Amino acid sequence: MDAQASSAIAVDSLVKRYKTATAVDGISFRLAPGSITGLLGGNGAGKTTTIAMIMGLVTPTAGTVRVLGAEMPRERYRVLHRMNFESPYVDMPMRLSVRQNLSVFAQLYGVRDIDARIAQLAADLDLVEFLDRPTGKLSAGQKTRASLAKSLLNRPEVLLLDEPTASLDPDTADWVRSRLERYRRAHNATVLLASHNMTEVERLCERVIIMKRGRIEDDDTPERLLARYGRATLEDVFLDVARGRRHSEAAQ
Amino acid sequence: MSDTDSGLDFSLNRVAAMVRRYWYLLSSSWPRILDLVYWPTVQMLMWGFLQLYVAQNAGFFARAGGVFIGSVLLWDILFRGQLGFSISFLEEMYARNLGNIMMSPLRPVEFISALMIMSIVRLSIGMVPVSLLAIAFFGFNLWSFGLALAAFFANLILTSWSVGIFVAGLLLRNGLGAESMAWTIMFLFLPLTCVYYPVAVLPHWLQYVAWSLPPTYVFEGMRALLIDHVFRGDLMIEALAFNMVLFAAASLAFLKLLQSAREQGSLLQAGE
Repeated sequence: MDAQASSAIAVDSLVKRYKTATAVDGISFRLAPGSITGLLGGNGAGKTTTIAMIMGLVTPTAGTVRVLGAEMPRERYRVLHRMNFESPYVDMPMRLSVRQNLSVFAQLYGVRDIDARIAQLAADLDLVEFLDRPTGKLSAGQKTRASLAKSLLNRPEVLLLDEPTASLDPDTADWVRSRLERYRRAHNATVLLASHNMTEVERLCERVIIMKRGRIEDDDTPERLLARYGRATLEDVFLDVARGRRHSEAAQ
Repeated sequence: MSDTDSGLDFSLNRVAAMVRRYWYLLSSSWPRILDLVYWPTVQMLMWGFLQLYVAQNAGFFARAGGVFIGSVLLWDILFRGQLGFSISFLEEMYARNLGNIMMSPLRPVEFISALMIMSIVRLSIGMVPVSLLAIAFFGFNLWSFGLALAAFFANLILTSWSVGIFVAGLLLRNGLGAESMAWTIMFLFLPLTCVYYPVAVLPHWLQYVAWSLPPTYVFEGMRALLIDHVFRGDLMIEALAFNMVLFAAASLAFLKLLQSAREQGSLLQAGE
């Protein structure tokens, strides 16, 4: 079996150009099944566009994306039921209760025994007392947990997370991270996480891909990145990359 | 086309999920339900009283009782059918839920099927009470058309879905910037499909345009029924043929616009 076929996500020479701007400029990477990878980059680095192409929501200008062996977006219906995502760019309908929303999405994803699955997720994510509350009346933290429940409904093998803890207080964010970690271990899920939060990436990710202006600037484990740039934190590494300091310079 | 690989895989379960989602929304909001009944009632009452007044002063209208009120009720089927379809779609954009839907296994054909079902549900909530009020106020019984009403309804709802599908494509491609199209596009049909007057009133060249639009056949058919007491099955068959072409063209346009939306990256951030 070749590397592309055995990867949960395989991105090859991926390009996305809009009329006058290049959002993603020829990036390639492969994610092994069960791995958790952070996609780091400043605003406009191309993280969200990359994730959108992996989800099949955006058609690449050139290059290919394969998820669980299916080419996106052409073959997306072969694998969409095995994936899920959470993003700050989307919400669940506000007037529907959390239970109604979860039940609709569970049916869309073909989940069996919907009531039991919702009860299980509500218990895991501490949502039991909010299940019958309109989603729009939840606090930011409760909404994030509800969105996380939606993204885990179908027990996805590939989970794409775009800023999953944005706008959460540190305690809730930490709580969400621990649930994500637990889910990945329990289901051997492949997780790709776009984030600005370096603590989050450092804690969760075994590999970090740093993007800048649509290109991959660096790609390694957090430990090796820290060593290479001679920095104590990923935030410093991120700043070095964002400000154009090469690791040799940064290490001096 | 990138969306055609899904064409043969249709799940009633997923359609039911979407219908449930819209029903939850509708049933949780009394202003939404009131809105379905309010404007058709106002229209029906205004045209009904106008017809009563005109009938007392003109022999033709006295003979052709119910033409205005019949026109307004059939027009509302056309207009509200499209609006019911488009509003359900717009609700996804207002709720910023389109990304969730497009990332789910729901196929475009299932999404459209759910929107068509919801347009009938919304139309029924609005039109059934209004048709009963027309009996109470003016003695005009739309239901007495019988089989003709079924033919009128089928043709009008098919046109409304075609227009709704096209508008949904525009919204996917252009975001909420195209929202006004959802509310106003059907008014282009109002003068051209001769809702309140016969096709013969139009300039000769414009009559060709009118006869290329399926609702024109329905409104002519309704006048034939009310004035001449004849059901024109031939007009209904012609309307159906034009509707098939219109529906196919709208579906194709929707898929092309969806493909373009994927290329332009407008699905994830379907805002303004």
